[in-house]
Amino acid sequence: MSSKIVVRVEDLHKRYGNEEVLKGVSFILRQGEALAIIGPSGTGKSTLLRCINRLTEPDSGRIWLEDTEITGAKTDMNKIRQQIGFVFQDFNLFAHLTALDNVRLGLMKVKKLSKGEASERAMTELKRVGLAEKAKAYPAQLSGGQQQRVSIARALAMDPKLMLFDEPTSALDPELIGEVLQVMKALAGEGMTMVVVTHEMGFARSVCDEVIFMEQGVIVEQGPPEHIFLQPRQPRTQQFLGKIGELYGGTGS
Amino acid sequence: MNPLAPFCQTLEEGSFVRLVCDISPRLLQGTATTFQLTVLAIALGLVGGLLLALGRVYGKKPIYWLSTAYVQFVRGTPVLVQLFLIYYGLPAFEIRLDPLTAAIIGLGLNSAAYQAEYFRGAIQSIGRGQMLAARAVGLTNVQAIGYVILPQALRMVIPPWSNELIYTLKYSSVAFIIGTPELMATGQIIASSLRGPGAFRHFEVFLIVAFIYLVCVLVISKLLDLLEQRVKIPGLEMQRA
Repeated sequence: MSSKIVVRVEDLHKRYGNEEVLKGVSFILRQGEALAIIGPSGTGKSTLLRCINRLTEPDSGRIWLEDTEITGAKTDMNKIRQQIGFVFQDFNLFAHLTALDNVRLGLMKVKKLSKGEASERAMTELKRVGLAEKAKAYPAQLSGGQQQRVSIARALAMDPKLMLFDEPTSALDPELIGEVLQVMKALAGEGMTMVVVTHEMGFARSVCDEVIFMEQGVIVEQGPPEHIFLQPRQPRTQQFLGKIGELYGGTGS
Repeated sequence: MNPLAPFCQTLEEGSFVRLVCDISPRLLQGTATTFQLTVLAIALGLVGGLLLALGRVYGKKPIYWLSTAYVQFVRGTPVLVQLFLIYYGLPAFEIRLDPLTAAIIGLGLNSAAYQAEYFRGAIQSIGRGQMLAARAVGLTNVQAIGYVILPQALRMVIPPWSNELIYTLKYSSVAFIIGTPELMATGQIIASSLRGPGAFRHFEVFLIVAFIYLVCVLVISKLLDLLEQRVKIPGLEMQRA
């Protein structure tokens, strides 16, 4: 059952000054798959994610979205980005707009929907994340978890082929993490293709189809969650998961 | 020419109220010119300042360099010198402006440099994530600036911008030196033209002039406070400068 490839990343390199944050990363992601990227902080996970929609420009390497190479100089990234939903660690909702307007902005200005159509679509997405009743609220009036759900709705409204989550729960109070993970889990269940950079091992293990363990700019190990979490082959992976296990009492809890 | 003249005659000659009654219609005319000068100069400065700020924040090399040089030049030289350059200097290039136009342009170009710095500060205070999020949705750079960055920056800029408006109103008084018939000039003309028992009353005349400036400043402050309240983003405490 090899379905269509949604993203192909080939030999991606990125350097900040003297430090090479990505040292040749390659992977493919098929339609409907949820991929978790785990690993210690500062090992290039977020950079990798931002390179996929070129919010950060990779130094070299190639990326395809479905059949289109998006690393060419002539690529119209505004066209590509609207097909890739991006969820930030710190939400980044537009501070001056209500939840509804946050979701509506891209629909009206990028997709050029009428206000009526955009409102209808935006409300559908807000309902999907369980926040229809907060449509008129401003970001500063919402909890972190609610803000993150609105930002997921904002990304979903654009009908993305792919969703990228950059540590979506790392800035949240522990009791707010659950509501966001639940939305993401439902998305994965509906067959959304997604890449999730996360420290939530439980989520990676139970929701994702594939896990990449990254360290110091390279993929150390990759495989289905049961392999990575139960029988990691690389000593570094074992060590990392062992540490996390100590911290939380068992991997994946 | 004083429509109040018949009433003023009934007041005691040489008294302060008589003076106020006698000269206030002319002072109010001067005030109207001061307002015209201030509003047009601040508007010119607003447009110019926004462009300069965008040039300094987002502009590529030549644009960044030009807008920075402009801001440095204007902020580094006295406004009076700039006014003289425009009013007395431009005729050398066959550009002759009447005093009011010269003052509007001079004060406007001056204010642009200061407003640019306020706008720049406000734009740069908007978190980088806002731009990233806008681009991630598929907005172009220009759309992101127009729909996401500026609406927030313009709200934040209101308190410092109020100061600039008040400064411009007060600095507009230097325009009297090139003969613009604004409030200060009117006061000066009146004070030196009083004759008879009402002569040599500079202190009182300029006290009235000062009072009019004060009232204008207080009204403007209040209006801008109301504007700030009106556009405040709910749930977000706006920082005061």
